[in-house]
Amino acid sequence: MEQQAQLKDGRVALVNYGKDYGKLVVIVDVLDQNRALINAPDMVRSQMNFKRLSLIDIKIDINRVPRKKSLIEAMEKADVKNKWENSSWGKKLIVQKRRAALNDFDRFKLMLAKIKKGGLIRQELAKLKKENAA
Amino acid sequence: MAPKAATGRTSRNPDLIRGVGKFSRSKMYHKRGLWAIKAKNGGVFPKHDPKPAAAETPAKPPKFYPADDVKKPLANKRKHKPTKLRASITPGTVLILLAGRFMGKRVVFLKQLTSGLLLVTGPFKVNGVPLRRVNQSYVIATSTKVDISGVDLGKFDDQYFEKEAEKKKKKGEGEFFEAEKEEKKVLPDDKKDDQKTVDAQLIKSIEAVLDLKTYLSARFSLKSGMKPHELVF
Repeated sequence: MEQQAQLKDGRVALVNYGKDYGKLVVIVDVLDQNRALINAPDMVRSQMNFKRLSLIDIKIDINRVPRKKSLIEAMEKADVKNKWENSSWGKKLIVQKRRAALNDFDRFKLMLAKIKKGGLIRQELAKLKKENAA
Repeated sequence: MAPKAATGRTSRNPDLIRGVGKFSRSKMYHKRGLWAIKAKNGGVFPKHDPKPAAAETPAKPPKFYPADDVKKPLANKRKHKPTKLRASITPGTVLILLAGRFMGKRVVFLKQLTSGLLLVTGPFKVNGVPLRRVNQSYVIATSTKVDISGVDLGKFDDQYFEKEAEKKKKKGEGEFFEAEKEEKKVLPDDKKDDQKTVDAQLIKSIEAVLDLKTYLSARFSLKSGMKPHELVF
């Protein structure tokens, strides 16, 4: 079995509930059995219950509770943003966000594109069927 | 009392509290310059002779005295405020009609009329919706906009859409049945031409955008899984 993301200082997590839903944060300290101290470049350092976090497969190299500046440096060094956006989980979330922000017109164009794609696939399939039958 | 100024002049005596002015009567006398007016008029406050009363026509006794005293209803002087147009609706916005004969049609918004209703057109050639008035409440505004700059909308107002006053028909039995057959209302040619001129410009701007014409000719409907409160229009 693959090793699960270990909970340690420096583990990157995704907030899955609450005001900061969808943000990537770094666990900079563990407060007690249920809570962690988290920090991110665009938020104030705060505590959060583990139930609100989903651990991600990325970790950065920091000491316990680093200053904001060194946190940002460490995140840049580990290239958290790019690793996240290239991971399959990260890609899925990006697509979800894109779909949710579609305009009515965009949804219409999407529908036309799907129909067209389906049509092309069916054409190819028909060709292959014909070849096979012959 | 001195006559009021034509321009709205505020009182020279600010309120300390409601009912209590800052300045006393003697101070106000001085502030208003009544001493100067009196001085100009030789020590006396100027009096205007009452205007000669217009010669009264002898009132005719009314023909009819009602049997009971009927109370007159209080006069209602309230004025309507102009209907506020939603910020998302600007000239050229594509709207989705939610009710009526053209329910679900996507339509171009032209302007808001003085009655508060929205003037809207299909364009007619694209989806069959003519120049029409529509209420803001029965409309979803999308964020798609069409360029509407070349269209002249000056002649369209609520009067344009008024029903034509029906000519009074004589009630004769034979004529009654014949008249009913001719009731069909035909749209006058000048209204058809208005539609054509407005749409000509619009269709040019619509065809400039890919797929916009097919978009406008299709109706909107909720499909399985679509949650209106989560959709971005």
